[in-house]
Amino acid sequence: MVDKPILKKADFESDQAVRWCPGCGDYAILAQTQKIFPEITTEKEKVVFISGIGCSSRFPYYMNTYGFHTIHGRAPTVASGLKISNPDLSVWLVTGDGDGFSIGGNHLIHLLRRNVDLNVMLFNNRIYGLTKGQYSPTSEQGKITYSTPMGSLDYPFNPTKLALGARGAFVAKTIDRDLKHLQSMIKRASEHRGTSFIEIYQNCNIFNDGAFSELTDKETKSDRVLKVEHGEPMIFGKENDKGIHLDGTKPKVVTIGEEYSIEDILVHDETDAFIGDMLSNFTASDTFPEPLGVLYCVERPTYDDMMVDQMKQAEKNTKGPKSVNDLLNAGDTWEVK
Amino acid sequence: MAKNVSNKTIDNVTIRFAGDSGDGMQLSGGRFTQTSAVVGNDLSTLPDFPAEIRAPAGSLAGVSSFQIHFSSQEIHTPGEKPDVLVAMNPAALKVHLKDLVPGGTLIVNKNAFTKKNLTLAGYEDDPTEDGSLVDYYSTHFIEMGKLVTNACEGIDIPSKMVDRTKNLCALGVLFWMYDRPLEPTIDWLNQKFKSKPDIIEANVRALNAGYNYGDTAEIFTTRYIVEKAKLPKGKYRNMNGTLASCLGILTAAEKSNLGITFAGYPITPASNILHTLSNWKQFGIKTYQAEDEIAGIGAALGASYGGALGITASSGPGIALKSEFLGLAVMTELPLVVINVQRGGPSTGLPTKTEQSDLFQAVYGRNGEAPIPVIAPTTPGDCFFATYEACRLAVKYMTPVMVLSDGYLVNGSEPWLIPDPNKLEDFKVEFARENDDEKFLPYKRDEKTLARNWAIPGTKGLEHRIGGLEKQDITGNVNYDSDNHQKMVEIRAQKVANIANELPKTKIFGEESGDVLILSWGSSHGACRAATETLLSENLKVGHASINWICPLPNDLGEILKKFKKILIPEVNTGQFRQIIRAEFLVDAIGLNEVQGKPLGASKIEEKVKDLING
Repeated sequence: MVDKPILKKADFESDQAVRWCPGCGDYAILAQTQKIFPEITTEKEKVVFISGIGCSSRFPYYMNTYGFHTIHGRAPTVASGLKISNPDLSVWLVTGDGDGFSIGGNHLIHLLRRNVDLNVMLFNNRIYGLTKGQYSPTSEQGKITYSTPMGSLDYPFNPTKLALGARGAFVAKTIDRDLKHLQSMIKRASEHRGTSFIEIYQNCNIFNDGAFSELTDKETKSDRVLKVEHGEPMIFGKENDKGIHLDGTKPKVVTIGEEYSIEDILVHDETDAFIGDMLSNFTASDTFPEPLGVLYCVERPTYDDMMVDQMKQAEKNTKGPKSVNDLLNAGDTWEVK
Repeated sequence: MAKNVSNKTIDNVTIRFAGDSGDGMQLSGGRFTQTSAVVGNDLSTLPDFPAEIRAPAGSLAGVSSFQIHFSSQEIHTPGEKPDVLVAMNPAALKVHLKDLVPGGTLIVNKNAFTKKNLTLAGYEDDPTEDGSLVDYYSTHFIEMGKLVTNACEGIDIPSKMVDRTKNLCALGVLFWMYDRPLEPTIDWLNQKFKSKPDIIEANVRALNAGYNYGDTAEIFTTRYIVEKAKLPKGKYRNMNGTLASCLGILTAAEKSNLGITFAGYPITPASNILHTLSNWKQFGIKTYQAEDEIAGIGAALGASYGGALGITASSGPGIALKSEFLGLAVMTELPLVVINVQRGGPSTGLPTKTEQSDLFQAVYGRNGEAPIPVIAPTTPGDCFFATYEACRLAVKYMTPVMVLSDGYLVNGSEPWLIPDPNKLEDFKVEFARENDDEKFLPYKRDEKTLARNWAIPGTKGLEHRIGGLEKQDITGNVNYDSDNHQKMVEIRAQKVANIANELPKTKIFGEESGDVLILSWGSSHGACRAATETLLSENLKVGHASINWICPLPNDLGEILKKFKKILIPEVNTGQFRQIIRAEFLVDAIGLNEVQGKPLGASKIEEKVKDLING
């Protein structure tokens, strides 16, 4: 957290020409990131953006911080090694639905499980962009693409549910078109110690245009989006008259007015795993609105901190050889004269 | 009445301990090795165990063995055919008897020759009863089960535990036969089972029971004395390749002041490197068990990017998975050390057996033009120096380096002259710093080495981006220009080639020129050296050059090859190094190739050289 920003947005803009397709949602994400970063740090030399392969993974080239564009799916591995070797750094991982969930799915779940202190921005456009339009592991079933002319057969992943299932301790969701919300989620992630996972819905206007239009179009978005905030009731709708009511263990959408009052609306508690799970389930459903915000956030000791502790403990408690020379000369030795 | 025992001094002996996986043969072999080391013999060992953790007891598949060759002379191999075979059960006898030299000593645990075990081993008749052994070998059928049961009487431990001390009983017999002290083993037992006095007591009694059996049983009439070996002066310890590799890493860390992050995924036979380093946190070594092989090298590369030295270790199948990351390390020009402990392949192959068949994989196994330095240790102790050099040169040249070790080296051991770290090559590291006079250029290079600067995150003013896309010369920006690509491919190759300029002169053992040059790389060193010694003693014009660096090859190798009429390259593969040498130097090198999951023997090399000279 920065009390008084000393850097400006321009300080985070690199000299490289941005090469995404005109109209791509990535531009908005990049701009909001550059805009919010002065509030996140005063030491940009400590910031590292690491990515895999895909459209989203070009991101580090455009941030005037340290950056490493690695290989397909493997950014979490490089980021983990970097953070372990150099725990002072602020490490950010930029990935997409193909990079993060398909080829790199294994690394992502293990990253979340370990809770290494770094931040994941997963751009989900539900399509492969860089390879020109094949379906992704988050594409809806039946998707017609170059590789699935009769419709895709796979059932898609639900990213936030997957992240929670992998024991993610900070799981949030936002969207490219809601600039302020996007900024606030990036800031929240930066403040969380441990792996912070933000799924960012991002429109690919070339290969999957309008995938999230329900959530961004003026006519529909108020009824389709539920902005969740810790301690606030889950209210949505054009007239702010709809809410989530918990009937036993079953959530349902109710109208505030006659039968239900504001008191009956579930208040978001981001530390409650049950609520986090419930909200992640809304994504796959037609009856519930799409929850945006921090679905779940708890503090849990991080891998990197625990590793530092073990190193200190080992240094303190070791009874054996203390220097390399001692160790070279340890065990049974004998002299040849 | 004291029996009549004569002492006979001999130069060298090869003993093989063989038994069921659960019989503790690795332990017996290990303790015999340690004791032989301490009494000053030169030695070389070859453990051999099945890939199955606990194959069915008594089965042929479950046989585990440990061979030790020890001598009063300098030796280079674990021996070929054992002079002494210890067979703890029928299956062990069945598997290993064919290797025992004619007239050799056979020590058998008679109690294990039950009907069930005989059937499991495929014996119709009991070979210890039917006279089929006594005519050919000097046989000792010892009721070890009974011996330990009697010895452990009164100790309050389950009979199963008592039975498990048989390996110490066998060890005791061998200690008597070769006049070795029991104290190092007793001290070791006291240390190992500190909190279990009953277990210590049982094992010590079993050890003594074996020793006393040798002392009193009428059948043993000769003790063999193997004097101290005349090794170069200095302080020694017994060293295996795993520990040596780890000590090499640690010494590199100490001399460079670099942090070490070792990230790996368990795989036979490389896992012990991860285990050993995990116990050295007090030295600042960070270890990370990754979710898979790819994550292991990825985390190591991430660590190197962050200013530590990233290291990973694996074996062939794991190296295959790591190869894309090796390409990224080549492109981003970051230091990285990859230890490949080769095993039998292809695919899962022979996980617990040794082979030298990943040479092409190491040298060529990446997409694109992606040369990396490859160094192969020649003996278990040499793993120390090879790993140290790999670390040093990875940083000096900003490149991934592969250490091409193998199962024989990491599990084998030899007496090791403990090195003085101060006498190793200096290992200095300088990270890039902000310079007000000029803009930081990530791919600007040192003129001599062609290495780029190591600019680590956290350094003010050096913010820059790297990645797997082709780099523009000097700036490191993404660049697809054709001339630039050609130039960068050449620079990366030249950088690796430059390492040859600082390699030591290749030493030729034996004749400097002559009829046959035996050219070996990596762990074939021992068999080739032993063969050369024999051939030289027969006045043949033979030399031996042992190669550590496969890539780049030593600058003087071409000249050396010209000095011999014929070049023989023995290796445990179908001729990979030979192909490289032929391609590099246009010489008609001849191969001696075996892929049997074990190191080469010296005798075949001797025969082959004689054939070449005579024919």
